[in-house]
Amino acid sequence: MSSTVPVRLNVNGDEHTLEVEPRLLLVHALRDELGLTGTHVGCDTSNCGACTVHLNGEAVKSCTVLAVQADGAEVTTIEGMGSDGDLHPLQEAFWNQHGLQCGYCTPGMIMAAAGILAENPKPTEQEIRHGLEGNLCRCTGYHNIVKAVLDASGQSTEVTA
Amino acid sequence: MSVTDTTPPASHVGRALRRKEDPRLITGRASYVDDINLSGQVWAAWVRSPEAHAKIVSIDTSAAQARDGVLAVYTHADLGMEAGLPMAWVPPGIEVNTPDHWVLAKDEVKHVGDPVALVIGDDRYGVADAVEDVVVEYDPLPVVTDPEKALEPGSPLVHEQFGTNKVCEWSLGGGDLEAGFAEADVIIERRVVNHRMAGAAIEPRGVLAEYRADRLTVWSSTQVPHFLRLFLSGLLGISEELVRVIAPEVGGGFGSKLQIYAEEIGCAWASRKLGRPVKWIEARSEGMMVTHHGRDQIDTVRVGAKRDGTITAWHSKILADIGAYQMLLTPMIPPLSAFVMCGVYKTPAVQTDVVNVMTNKFATDAIRGAGRPEATHMIEVTMDQLASELGIDPLELRRRNFIPPFSAGHETPLGIVYDSGNYAAALDKLLEHIDPAQVSREAEELRERGIYRGIGFSTYTEICGNAPSRIVGPSGFGLQGGGWESATVRVHASGSATLYTGTSPHGQGHETGFAQIVADRLGLDPAQVDVIHGDTQTGPFGLDTYGSRSLAVGGEAAARTANKVADKAKAIVAHQLEADAADIELRDGKFSVRGSPDRGMTLAEVAGAAYVPENLPEGMEPGLDEQTFYDPENFVFPFGAHACVVDVDAETGKVDVVRYVAVDDCGPAINPMLIDGQVHGGIAHALGQALYERIHYDESGQLVTGTFVDYALPTAAELPSFETDRTETPSTVNSLGVKGVGEAGTIAASPAATNAVIDALRPLGVKFINMPLTPMRVWEAINEAKGGAA
Repeated sequence: MSSTVPVRLNVNGDEHTLEVEPRLLLVHALRDELGLTGTHVGCDTSNCGACTVHLNGEAVKSCTVLAVQADGAEVTTIEGMGSDGDLHPLQEAFWNQHGLQCGYCTPGMIMAAAGILAENPKPTEQEIRHGLEGNLCRCTGYHNIVKAVLDASGQSTEVTA
Repeated sequence: MSVTDTTPPASHVGRALRRKEDPRLITGRASYVDDINLSGQVWAAWVRSPEAHAKIVSIDTSAAQARDGVLAVYTHADLGMEAGLPMAWVPPGIEVNTPDHWVLAKDEVKHVGDPVALVIGDDRYGVADAVEDVVVEYDPLPVVTDPEKALEPGSPLVHEQFGTNKVCEWSLGGGDLEAGFAEADVIIERRVVNHRMAGAAIEPRGVLAEYRADRLTVWSSTQVPHFLRLFLSGLLGISEELVRVIAPEVGGGFGSKLQIYAEEIGCAWASRKLGRPVKWIEARSEGMMVTHHGRDQIDTVRVGAKRDGTITAWHSKILADIGAYQMLLTPMIPPLSAFVMCGVYKTPAVQTDVVNVMTNKFATDAIRGAGRPEATHMIEVTMDQLASELGIDPLELRRRNFIPPFSAGHETPLGIVYDSGNYAAALDKLLEHIDPAQVSREAEELRERGIYRGIGFSTYTEICGNAPSRIVGPSGFGLQGGGWESATVRVHASGSATLYTGTSPHGQGHETGFAQIVADRLGLDPAQVDVIHGDTQTGPFGLDTYGSRSLAVGGEAAARTANKVADKAKAIVAHQLEADAADIELRDGKFSVRGSPDRGMTLAEVAGAAYVPENLPEGMEPGLDEQTFYDPENFVFPFGAHACVVDVDAETGKVDVVRYVAVDDCGPAINPMLIDGQVHGGIAHALGQALYERIHYDESGQLVTGTFVDYALPTAAELPSFETDRTETPSTVNSLGVKGVGEAGTIAASPAATNAVIDALRPLGVKFINMPLTPMRVWEAINEAKGGAA
């Protein structure tokens, strides 16, 4: 085991100080050190986006960030978005629109979608599709994911071809 | 606006109820394998061959073993296993050359990624380091990756001992093929390539194995926990009742997790050896190498027809490149095409000849559709080619050959009996949504801007609901076994219920759909019915989830079991209220006396009476808990009609799917929202294959598409929103009338897309093109048609 360095993280409003290997990925710090297993890993190459979290308010792929790079940062994970009975509008919309099947890509999708809506509160269907380009889903064909994001932004879910 | 339905129901079945699964999934509270950790847990990592074919000269594990935190490094001899990975389903009546497939390679490696050593250590990152320290000396052997060359004399042999790369030959036919071709006015032949692809579930595979106090528990990201338990028991010599397999939350499968993998056996073995829980989580780059692939066929399709379009004979030859080893169902997947090679047509004579061949690639096996996408692709692409040859509109050609509507069985020349179908009605419904003439007008306008718009169709049927033992088992078709399904319904003392199903979902929504079925039969709300699956210790033996079988077999088992519970409830109510059991009906959530709705008992009251048995009918056992093993009489045959509209940029060869319309018939809907979701995902899977995805090995057997950088899954930006509709033709096979829908989209969509691209390119002189329709391939086809060099 190589030497470790201290890292301070504010995750979902809670302060944590961790001793980590410099090479530890943020996603593994969240999952293995803090037990926040809602953030997933689906590839080795930053293509799938299952690991998307918010770092200082911006959607990032936490498999592409070292924990040490996040030192002092505020991190929001899916667990910080809402819980059963107190759901975030995007969580509610994914549920209502059947925007998930196996659920593995879903936390990353929701975090990426929140990133889109933060910058563009009323995106068009095409803007949503391009905004989600960095997040892969194998179950839904994206159809209901796009509808969910439209729904969460208070727009009609009538999608056009 | 919500797609979900919140109005109070007369029946829960048929409603678009939002899913019971979702609250844990949308809040990050679900437990996939990698979310589970045990005290004392250690990590596994695999040393994998970089060579496609080589002798293992030596393996030096000393440097890895010397690393801090490494507990052990194992090679083939250490495992001491008497048998390798199982192959359990072969075509009957023929010789099959099946090599041993060891958990760790013995003497030689046969494909890139073949595992050579297993490293166990106490840290996730540390074992990856240690893998790099295992020094393996290889002596490379000649490699073959082309299935046609693999059959030529003098080809390198993947497994020397057989003297050939041919695994087996198998045929299925019916009707007089020779007479059919003799009668034909026109005969066309096409070489249809269905390239290798991946399941590519977004959750990688993973295993956590714990051997403790003579019991083995394995958590695996699998579609088949029951099969896995059986094979773990056999391969490790642990009595079956002491083995428990749990498929926790499973992040997609698409057939790729319908398998018994080396990593599952190896981790369980190491856990017993070390007395520690052992975890392995697949890296995506491993997954692309050693999670089984699908398709990979070169098909030669020869069709005879009369001048008016009537098909007289259909002969398909399938050359299937199944890779270096045969896994659970490998040799039987290409033959599955043969059973539906009549498609939706009155084809009087049909024959399918299958040759399975070995190459230095990883094994193929079932990937979403498993044989039926290949069949439909051959049929529907060739139908368009035939239409073009005869100068008949492709839809008119289809209509002239459709099997007329039937509701009580249609026997094809193959002896397969389709349950019910109305193919013209599905096509009619499709044309309510899309007007081909309008698309043609649009195409003319767009052409002036260098954009070539085309429309393609596919009208399909498929076979699912695996599998009636009567038909496929030893006394029927001759396979090793059929496929019943189990269900247990347990009503609790306070009146809620648990359904244990032997199916094992991984995203489909069984917890919701099956709860709707049970709730209706017991006067409950679906929220009061918990559906338990994927744990061999909690329910009866089951046969898991694949082949669009869960609803048609497992859902029917659930319905029958709930009916048994309802019958017992009625007997108890009749006894307690001094009425005739035949007069008890389920009404407004109560078992009440017909005509006297105030005289009745809720299920909670019935359960109270059943568990405090002071006033039960004479001889009745206490309790309210029933079980069913349901073995279907026949398969079910969903069908439908799909249309795809594409725009092709003639300068770049880039294809854009601009519309996709699907009409599917899977019988009456249990939950229409779930059906739409399955269809959307199925279409996307096939469009991915048709346009972007390809597992590609170079001539030296190196995997070129080894990550998601190179293996191009479609993103949201590449796909359109889909337009879906349904017709509902009940199956006669089960009481729910249902057919499967999990694979339908994938089965229908690749030929619709391919036909659309060919239609678009026809003005440029392109008559035929094979998948994947990448910009490069389309551009080459356009240039070749122009007479230019590609």
